Amino acid sequence: MNLEATARLSEMMTQVTGFIYPNEIEIHWSILIVVYPYITGLVAGAFILASLENVFNVEEVRPTYRLALLTALSFMVVAPLPLLMHLGHPERFYEILLAPNLTSAMAMFGFVYGWYLMGVLLLEVWFEFRQDLIILARRAPVPMRWVYRAASLFSNDVSQAARAFDDKAIRVITIVGIPSAFLLHGYVGFIFGSVKANPWWSSVLIPIVFLMSAIVSGIALVIFLYMILAALRKEPVDMRCLDTMTSYLFYAVIVDFTLEALDFTHRLYESEESVRILGTLIRQKLFMSLIVLQVLIGMLVPLAILIVAKWRKLGDDGRRLLYFTAVILIQMGIFSTRWNIVIGGQLFSKSFRGLMAYKMEITGIEGFLTALGLLVLPFVVLAVLIKVLPTRPLGEEVHTPA
Amino acid sequence: MNKREFLKSMQGLILFFPAAGVLSALGVEVSAQETSAQPGSAAAYNPQDHLYGMGIEIDKCIGCNRCVEACKAENDVPQDDAHYRTWVERYVIKKDGEVAVVNISGSAAAAREGMPEDADILRTFFVPKLCNQCVNPPCVQVCPVGATFSTEDGVVLVDANRCIGCSYCIQACPYGARYMNPRTKTADKCTFCYHRVRQGLLPACVEVCPTQARVFGDLRSKASRLVRFARMNKIHVLKPALNTEPKVYYAQLDGEVR
Repeated sequence: MNLEATARLSEMMTQVTGFIYPNEIEIHWSILIVVYPYITGLVAGAFILASLENVFNVEEVRPTYRLALLTALSFMVVAPLPLLMHLGHPERFYEILLAPNLTSAMAMFGFVYGWYLMGVLLLEVWFEFRQDLIILARRAPVPMRWVYRAASLFSNDVSQAARAFDDKAIRVITIVGIPSAFLLHGYVGFIFGSVKANPWWSSVLIPIVFLMSAIVSGIALVIFLYMILAALRKEPVDMRCLDTMTSYLFYAVIVDFTLEALDFTHRLYESEESVRILGTLIRQKLFMSLIVLQVLIGMLVPLAILIVAKWRKLGDDGRRLLYFTAVILIQMGIFSTRWNIVIGGQLFSKSFRGLMAYKMEITGIEGFLTALGLLVLPFVVLAVLIKVLPTRPLGEEVHTPA
Repeated sequence: MNKREFLKSMQGLILFFPAAGVLSALGVEVSAQETSAQPGSAAAYNPQDHLYGMGIEIDKCIGCNRCVEACKAENDVPQDDAHYRTWVERYVIKKDGEVAVVNISGSAAAAREGMPEDADILRTFFVPKLCNQCVNPPCVQVCPVGATFSTEDGVVLVDANRCIGCSYCIQACPYGARYMNPRTKTADKCTFCYHRVRQGLLPACVEVCPTQARVFGDLRSKASRLVRFARMNKIHVLKPALNTEPKVYYAQLDGEVR
């Protein structure tokens, strides 16, 4: 083992309290595995928001439909990277795809990811943008013309019938897509929820909590992006759309909060063997990230902000400011949720007699900078996509608020 | 009884000490024979005929750590305090109910110091730990690529050429028996010294244990020392509620041990 790693481990050893199994000193799932469920959650959440318009005919959120779809796509292409980079042997990654062990929740990654990316997201994006791609290919100068031609898969039909077929296809894909989005993030939750050795993770509620927090973070992200984009383009924000989305966000946060409170109460009330060490874990290791960041600043404060914004009949500017603050806080809260689950679950010994410490590296492949890069990367992808693809169907007028 | 009489009465016992050594050596040989049909003839070995397990008699363990040293040497386990295939825990249960546990296999001073006054101690004992070679191993269940697997003779192994190093098995093991090998960057663990067992030898930890606190054997053989161990002792396994069905059986296991 290299000297740096040895030094790290001996430093960690000084921070152990109580007794831990000696092999537990190393924290195996680092910040990258915090980023992974966070990003996948954003994918699922953004997609579910996009589906509202299609399946449930919520016309108010129409202005964000394409943005939500592209957001889901940009985060989806980045989602496997943190997983890949944390592997001891990333070059063997294809083994998961070619020779999956069917009893392993993690091995379902290939199926779920492949299905969701190819069978749902890309298809829906293609049908949604096909018309515009053809029009753009006719307008654009040479290098981009080829790109648009290729992206439209050399389709050329802009007739009414083709258009109607696109709409029908999108509707079908979305109907299949909603359970798929549930599957995508529910499965990520199941990876944790099914580890019976770990009482912090082992809960049937975890996949559902993951799902609800995914919806929360996805809606919050699209609201954030919509407001930023409008500001950058110096366009007016559609307040009807914003009010509707924040209403959904509000209810999603309530459901998420209820589920997490239920999980917490249930554990406390059942008071199993692990309850003492988990109590100590929360008090000594997770107080800041769980009680303060996740629950207080990431959930209760934004809820209060949303209530004030809705019921105090504030003007557009005031509401926008409050909404914007709330979605940022919520985003931070959901990231803390992921942190508390992933890192928190590795900070106590399975002997239930002691606590470990996690010290994030700054540089290094599993360090802070990599994680930051991976969190920024989807926004870069999204910026490129928005540059290339119109977020409003071509020929549609800018919707100005009444 | 005066001193002279006492010594006289002990004469017989003293004479028997060498015999005890011979007997234990014979015992080792017998158990070695049961591990394979013919020592050294790997070709004739049929894994289906065997099912290996280990018995640990807590009261016999003196905490000498020879098993840990032998294991590290035999299996090229990193010589640091963070990677073990087997280790020994010391439990001190005090009269006020407080339980102090330390890993005495580490170089850390905590292993030697911090022992309370004798008067405060209710009971104390050592517990050797290792992979439990579960019948229902959660690590095998969760491995995404099937790199960790159960052999037909009941040992859970890792194929280092296939392991992708995702650490899921380490998370899934309730016993902390697995570690990430810093050299190969793959998951690693106790193999019951499978390379030795297949040749009719005992696992290194069993071989060196001076008090025979560890008993290795074949659950499919009636003459097995392990079967005898299970017959002669009340046995228990670690964390039975998790339904992993460990094949490391403890005699005199205390309820405080997890």
